[in-house]
Amino acid sequence: MKNINHTAVNGQAPVRGEQSYRRLWLYTSLLMSLVAIMPLIILTIVHYHQYQKAARTELIYPISRLLSNTKRSLETVIDERKSALSLIVNEKLIDDLKTEAKLNRTFSNLKEAFGGFIDLGLIDIQGNQLAYVGPYDLQGKNYKDQPWFHEVSIRSVYVSNVFMGHRNFPHFVIAVKRDDLDKGFYVLRATIDMKLLDNEMQALDLGPSSDIFLLNRDGMLQSQSRFHGKILGPCSIPVPHYSSQAELMTDYFENQKNHILGYAYIERSPFILITVQNQRELLKTWIAVKNDPIWFLIGSSIMIILVTFGIATYLTNRVRESDTHRAKIFHNMEYTNKMASIGRLSASVAHEINNPLAIINEKAGLMKDMASFTDDFSQKEKVLNLVDSILNSVDRCSTVTHRLLGFAKRMDIQNELIDLGLLLREVLGFLGKEMEHRNISVHFDLPDDIPTIESDRGQLQQVFLNIINNAFAAVDDNGWIRIAVEDRNNNMVAVTICDNGTGISKEDVKRLFEPFFSTKGQFGTGLGLSITNDIIQKLGGRIEVESELGEGTCFIIILPRTKV
Amino acid sequence: MAEIRVLLIDDEEELVSTLVERLGIRNIEAEYVMTGAEGIELLGKKEFDAVLLDYKLPGMSGLEVMKQINELYPRVKVLLITGAGSVDEGGDEVPEEKASDVLLKPIDIEVLIAKLREAVGDR
Repeated sequence: MKNINHTAVNGQAPVRGEQSYRRLWLYTSLLMSLVAIMPLIILTIVHYHQYQKAARTELIYPISRLLSNTKRSLETVIDERKSALSLIVNEKLIDDLKTEAKLNRTFSNLKEAFGGFIDLGLIDIQGNQLAYVGPYDLQGKNYKDQPWFHEVSIRSVYVSNVFMGHRNFPHFVIAVKRDDLDKGFYVLRATIDMKLLDNEMQALDLGPSSDIFLLNRDGMLQSQSRFHGKILGPCSIPVPHYSSQAELMTDYFENQKNHILGYAYIERSPFILITVQNQRELLKTWIAVKNDPIWFLIGSSIMIILVTFGIATYLTNRVRESDTHRAKIFHNMEYTNKMASIGRLSASVAHEINNPLAIINEKAGLMKDMASFTDDFSQKEKVLNLVDSILNSVDRCSTVTHRLLGFAKRMDIQNELIDLGLLLREVLGFLGKEMEHRNISVHFDLPDDIPTIESDRGQLQQVFLNIINNAFAAVDDNGWIRIAVEDRNNNMVAVTICDNGTGISKEDVKRLFEPFFSTKGQFGTGLGLSITNDIIQKLGGRIEVESELGEGTCFIIILPRTKV
Repeated sequence: MAEIRVLLIDDEEELVSTLVERLGIRNIEAEYVMTGAEGIELLGKKEFDAVLLDYKLPGMSGLEVMKQINELYPRVKVLLITGAGSVDEGGDEVPEEKASDVLLKPIDIEVLIAKLREAVGDR
C-alpha cells in the first residue's frame, strides 16, 4: 500500500534541470544583446575613425595654407627691400650717394615707397662708411673686419640676424654690393625695422594658446614668442630640417600635450617661420561632440542589456512554468492511470474472492444453524467455536475485499456526504500493520458532533492517506500522531494531522508543495504533496503547514462543508 | 404459511442452495434458479414476495432481469447481491432506486433477513 503514496513514476517526466534553464537564459540574453549591440559598436568605431580623419584634415589644411601664405609674404617683404636697395645702388651714380644730403633724399623716397627703413649708409671697398642717414652717429665708421661685410663682398646680398638697435627695438640689416670695374665695389647697407615682419605675423591673429615666431638658423629667436623664449634668446624648439615648402608635424608634444608644429624656411634670409598650435584647442569644438556617440553607445547598450535580460528572464520563467506544468499534468495522468489500473485490478480480485467467500460464509452459517438447532451433542460447544472462528475469518477477508472495492470506487468523481471521523479511521486502517510494528500511537481528537461534509470520498482518502503516510515516515518508532477535526468559521472544517517527527526546515516549508521537491531523496518523487495540494484546491479547500525542526509537523487541511 | 416467500437467482449453486436451506430454517420459504430466464418463468407460475438477484448472471444480466421483473411483476421486490460493490467492470452504476437494496457478498444472513422484511413490509 505504501507505493500508492509515492506515486512512483520513475524518470519519464519531461523535466529539465535548473542548470539548463540557466543556460537557456544565458544564451538567450547574450545572443540577443550581442546581435543588438554589435552593429552599434561597429558603427561607433567607424564613426570615430572617420571623425578623427575629418577633424585632422580640417585642422591641418588651414594651418598649412596659413604658413605658406605667411612665408610668401615675409619673403616678399624682404625681397622687395632687397630689390629696392639693389636698384638704387646699381642704377644711381655713386656720386649721388656719396654725400649725406643726396643720400638723405634717396632714404626719404625709400621710406615713403616701402616703409620700415631706419637708416641707410654707403660703404666703400675699404669698409669705410662714406655716407650715412639715420638716428645713429655712424659717419666714418669702418666695417672692414665685420663678418657681414666680408659676406656681402662675396655674395653681393646679405640679410642679417636680428639685433637690438635704436631705442632697443629689434632690427635687421640688408646689405647690397655694387661692383665697379675699376674701383672695386660699394655696399649699400640699410637697417629695417623688425616690426615690418612682426606685423605680417600678427595679422594671422591666432588663438591664445598658439605661438608664431621667427628663428634663425642657429636656433636663436628673432621675434617675440609667447611660450618659447625671449627675443635673441635660445628657443626651446630645435632648428628643424630644411625644406623649401611649409611643413607640418602633427604629433609634436609639448608639456605632455599634443601640438601641431609648423615651420617654413624664409628663402634668401636667415629666418625660419615657426608656429606651434595646441591641437586640443584647435579641436575644441570637435572634441566637444566627439564623445557624444560613445555616451550614446553606452546608454543604449545598458538599455539593450537591461531589456534583453528582462526578456530572457521572462521567457525562461515561462518555459520553466510550462515545463513544470506539463510535467505535473504528465505525472498526474500517470498517477491517475495507475490508480485506475489498481482500481480495476482490486475490483476484479475482490469480486473473484467474494464469491467463494460467500459460499464459505453460507456453508459455515448452515453448519452453525444446524448445530444451534440440534439438541446437545458431544463437542457441540467446540463445533460452534470452530464455526465462529471460520465466520470471523470470513469477516476479516470481506473487510479486506470491501476495502479494495472502496479503493476502486474512489476513481469515480462524485459528491457524497462524508463522515470525516469514519473516513480518517478507514484511511488509518490501511496503515494498521505498520502502526503496530513500529509501535506508533495515534490519538484521535474528534468532537461528538463530527461534522459531515459534502465532498469526494476517493480524493479525500488519497489526501489523508498521503499526509498520514508522510507523518508515519517522519516519526521514529514509538512516535505519536494526533488527528483532530474541528469546525471553523465560514462553513469550513479543519482536519489537523500532527506528528512528533523530524520536522521541516523553514526553507523547505516554502517549497513543500512545489512539484518535484522531495526531502525523501531518491525514495520520493516530490509529487505527493503537490498532487495533494492540487486535489485540496479542486475540492475548494486549502492546506497549511506548521513545522519546527526536531519538534514535529502539523498539516492543517481546511475543507468546505458543502461542495463549492 | 411462511412469513415471506423469496426466489433466489444466482449461478453459484453452492451458494444459493445453502442459502435456501438456511432461510428455510428461519421460516422463510425460498427457492432458487440459476438463470434469469428460469426465474422469470417461475415467477409466472408461483407467487413470491421478493427476489434475491445476483448482479452478474450468465446470459441475461442481473440488471436486465430486474427490469423485466419490475415490468411484469411490480409487486415483487428485488434485492441485488453483488461481489463487486456498486461497480461492475464496465463502470456502470447499479440503479439503486429500482432495486429495494444492494447487498455485498458475503452476506450476513441476519442482515439479509432484516433487509427482506424491510422490503416486503414496504409493500
